Amino acid sequence: MAVQPQTNQTTTTGTEYIVRCKDVVKEYMMGTQVVRALNGVTLDIVRGEYLSIMGPSGSGKSTLFNMIGGLDKPTSGSVFINDVDMAQLDAQELAFLRCRTIGYIFQTFNLIPVMTALENVMLPMIFGGLSTDEAIDRGIELLKLVGLGERLHHKPSELSGGQQQRVAIARALANNPQIILADEPTGNLDLRTGKEIIELLRQLNKEQGVTIISATHDLKMVDVSDRIVWIRDGRIDRVEERAAVEVRVGDVEGTPG
Amino acid sequence: MKKEARQIERLQLPFRVAFHISMQSVRIRFWRSVITAAGTVLGIAFLVSVLTAMIIQRNSGAITDPSERYRMTWLVIISLLVCLVGITNAMLMSVTERYKEIGTMKCLGAYDIFIVELFFIESALVGFIASVIGWFLGVFAVVLVKLFSEGFKVFGWISYGEVFLYLILSIVIGTLLSVIATIIPAQVAARMPAAAALRVEV
Repeated sequence: MAVQPQTNQTTTTGTEYIVRCKDVVKEYMMGTQVVRALNGVTLDIVRGEYLSIMGPSGSGKSTLFNMIGGLDKPTSGSVFINDVDMAQLDAQELAFLRCRTIGYIFQTFNLIPVMTALENVMLPMIFGGLSTDEAIDRGIELLKLVGLGERLHHKPSELSGGQQQRVAIARALANNPQIILADEPTGNLDLRTGKEIIELLRQLNKEQGVTIISATHDLKMVDVSDRIVWIRDGRIDRVEERAAVEVRVGDVEGTPG
Repeated sequence: MKKEARQIERLQLPFRVAFHISMQSVRIRFWRSVITAAGTVLGIAFLVSVLTAMIIQRNSGAITDPSERYRMTWLVIISLLVCLVGITNAMLMSVTERYKEIGTMKCLGAYDIFIVELFFIESALVGFIASVIGWFLGVFAVVLVKLFSEGFKVFGWISYGEVFLYLILSIVIGTLLSVIATIIPAQVAARMPAAAALRVEV
């Protein structure tokens, strides 16, 4: 019913879009005043790409991010994830989408403080219906993947910021999501740790093919992103495509003669 | 592939896991739990002390004034109502403290009902423990007071079977009280949007 196949688009361009935003407008009521946070944003995100949304605070960056993540609904326009219009989903379907299709990473890490690192990683799997044993095995595997195999049973309060963010990344990967949404993932980390986290995200993006969308104003992200979308005053200011530049250079080099 | 997001299977939170999370939550936020529990402890202690005092008075052969009974019943009911409000207040505070945790759980796929479940289990646990403590305090206080005024013959005036029955009564009333007091806070928590997880205090 809510499935709106966009196969024409997909086949003609040859690329598969995992997220498509069409004329997204979002208005908030501030007292009696209407504030337009997003003013007609159209953006297609390719499966497997590493996309950064950049912009000063108040630019609508977070609002756009929330729309893409299914955390908020647009006033007009629509957001499609896997060609499914988010506006058509009910609460249960949204929860399912959040559990299975999207992994979230937060600026403040947001681990459940009462649970150990392993339990945190296991939680989305338990929600998803995995047995405890399966969840433990996969949880350990994921924590090893992010370099925390030694700290399975530590509580978040016993971990450093960088370690907590690694647990959060492992948790985001728990149900093999297609998209990872990272909201300022390096915002609360020092320079070096931030860099490590960015590299880890890039590595996961390359090795696991997961689409990474991050809202950030950390310029370190520029180096690893395939595309950078600059938001200003609720509109897309410009889109920089690093991959396109690279591909062009490669083509030139590859051309005989 | 395209229709993947439409294949809806029910997400789940097994009771065992929910219980574990709630128990850890009580343990880690110990002092917050103590404040929540204090209401139940005091209410139940008052209830039990009144009941125990009545037994002692009856068994000591003293004549009881029926109007006194009414007065005490009212006092007990009012005190339990005050407890109810106190627990609700403490739980509401606890919900606002945990907005980020609740939002995060929702981002991980939790249904509203999971959040309600977690809060109910937690309040039932706290209510249960608080009732036992309250019962003990109530009995202890009355016996101590009577011991000073009447001497050791007090121990002969206590019907131990009845006092033990009051323990069960306390647990039932205390746990129920705690759970009822959590209805509103749990609803507030369940309505918390997933986007609350992203909020950053400045």
